[in-house]
Amino acid sequence: MPTVTYISFSGDRHSVDADIGKSVMETAVSNGIPGIDADCGGACACATCHVIVEQEWFERLTPPDDAERSMLEFAVDPQPCSRLSCQLVVTEALDGLVVHTPSTQR
Amino acid sequence: MPDATKRAFGAQQRQSGASMKNLEGAVVIVGAGHAGGTVATLLRQQGWRGPVVVLGDEAAAPYQRPPLSKAWLKGEVGLDGLLLRKADFYDQQRIEVRTGVCVAAIDRAAAAVVLSDGERVPYEVLILATGTRARPLPVPGAALPGVLSLRSMADADRLKAALATARRMAVVGGGYIGLEVASVARALGVDVTVVEREARLLARVASPEIAAHYQALHEAHGVRFAFSAAVEAIEQEAGRVVGVTLADGTCIDADLVLVGIGAVANTDLAEAAGLACRDGVVVDEACRTSDPAIYAIGDVTRRPLALYGRDGRLESVQNALEQARLAAADLCGKPAPVREVPWFWSDQYDAKLQIAGLPFDGISRVVRGNPAQGSFAVFHLTAEGMVQTVEAVNAPAEFMIGRQWIGQRHVLSASRIADCALPVKEIAA
Ligand SMILES: Cc1cc2nc3c(=O)[nH]c(=O)nc-3n(C[C@H](O)[C@H](O)[C@H](O)COP(=O)(O)OP(=O)(O)OC[C@H]3O[C@@H](n4cnc5c(N)ncnc54)[C@H](O)[C@@H]3O)c2cc1C
Ligand code: FES
Repeated sequence: MPTVTYISFSGDRHSVDADIGKSVMETAVSNGIPGIDADCGGACACATCHVIVEQEWFERLTPPDDAERSMLEFAVDPQPCSRLSCQLVVTEALDGLVVHTPSTQR
Repeated sequence: MPDATKRAFGAQQRQSGASMKNLEGAVVIVGAGHAGGTVATLLRQQGWRGPVVVLGDEAAAPYQRPPLSKAWLKGEVGLDGLLLRKADFYDQQRIEVRTGVCVAAIDRAAAAVVLSDGERVPYEVLILATGTRARPLPVPGAALPGVLSLRSMADADRLKAALATARRMAVVGGGYIGLEVASVARALGVDVTVVEREARLLARVASPEIAAHYQALHEAHGVRFAFSAAVEAIEQEAGRVVGVTLADGTCIDADLVLVGIGAVANTDLAEAAGLACRDGVVVDEACRTSDPAIYAIGDVTRRPLALYGRDGRLESVQNALEQARLAAADLCGKPAPVREVPWFWSDQYDAKLQIAGLPFDGISRVVRGNPAQGSFAVFHLTAEGMVQTVEAVNAPAEFMIGRQWIGQRHVLSASRIADCALPVKEIAA
């Protein structure tokens, strides 16, 4: 099982086993990771699942579609490596993925 | 969705965080839905140490309803994708979720709820999160087995099974749930006619521009409409639905009827207990009812809408989550979270509708973008040019920036909004 690590704004680390095929958001929510509210449940409609992906991982992800890109552009404090975690599907290749949750999501 | 009256709420406003309770006390939550499940989780996260008990009359642990008319109905997600949390999460958090139990009464004098089997569950703090139920259609034939509504997972199971064999569906009510189900039914090859009492779709919840766009979208997918039409009866042969008769005598053939004519707040418990109710349990900014030991959150509440200077009852996930956050913060003595702008979304075919703010009357509207190209947004402005509402169809940038403008009470020029040569980011500049 791939492992995904979530690092909160204040530096708390949570590493969890992720089911392949689930999103990085679903993995966080079902494990009760704070900082990923996911108000719309993954419909790409709310941007409360915003994460900042570590650089080395960012380049390996499938790029965002137009809707995700627009949502991110107008999210609170977007970063070059920002993604919506509901749009990131866990695969074997993402074993070890590290994402940070922004200061506005606590 | 909004159902607001112009009544100021000033008198009831109290300061949040002021009513911090004994963190060791027992919190009992009635209703294991989106709001109830969320507030239980948040109470633990924010330091509540005493027992947290969630009592729900459905079979399932707390789950999300939006996919019941969208991805779940299409078969894109399974049941486990609907649950708010994994089953073992609540145990780990020392949250007791009791499913399949119905609360029959609140005994305020004894500070206990009474279950339908007579068991009493004492509370220090009670949170009502009983949501709404589908409004029944009061016509002959409405109790036939082929006449369904959609609120719960059990309803959704019945609907999904019926859609698998249905050939012609009549949808009574042109609101979000009816239209979302219509779009899924068309993808399954089921014939659909929507019967609407008003002269247009989404009459109480969206602008005429949005309604016209969605009507055209559904028509392009083969959906038929009957407007200004009242259902007189649902017709049967040998106990099976065969059609819907309208007041003008028209009969629409149908072997399945979905009734989507709105929802009724489950205020029965609160009313019987003497709490202030007015189409919803009346609550203040921190979700406190007229009894200091009882809070109410989610679809069941009539709440202050500070941005709009009135109160209203909202039926949305955003509202359920915001009120869960407000109640948890107040109970745990944390500062009140930042005020949110109400928002909502709906998925039909390949169109994503996102609405920020509440569409109230008497406001001018500006369209940005071209509806014929499937991507546009309707901005509602006050007389002073303040943005009150943004309805965005496949226009996430307009939705996101519009939501911020509403929260900041931005004043904007209509001509700049309508000017598509101007990038979204520069409209306010
Ligand atoms: C098909 C569908 C699609 C939707 N789509 C969207 C959407 O796209 N976007 C959006 O924002 N919102 C949507 N909504 C609305 C959203 O689901 C609700 O706003 C949200 O569920 C409200 O949460 P709640 O906890 O207040 O109520 P609910 O989730 O309804 O939970 C209330 C629970 O309390 C239980 N209960 C009631 N009385 C008792 C009692 N006496 N004893 C024990 N239990 C009791 C009920 O059975 C229910 O389980 C949709 C709703 C439906 C039905
Ligand atoms: S969960 Fe709402 S956008 Fe990802």
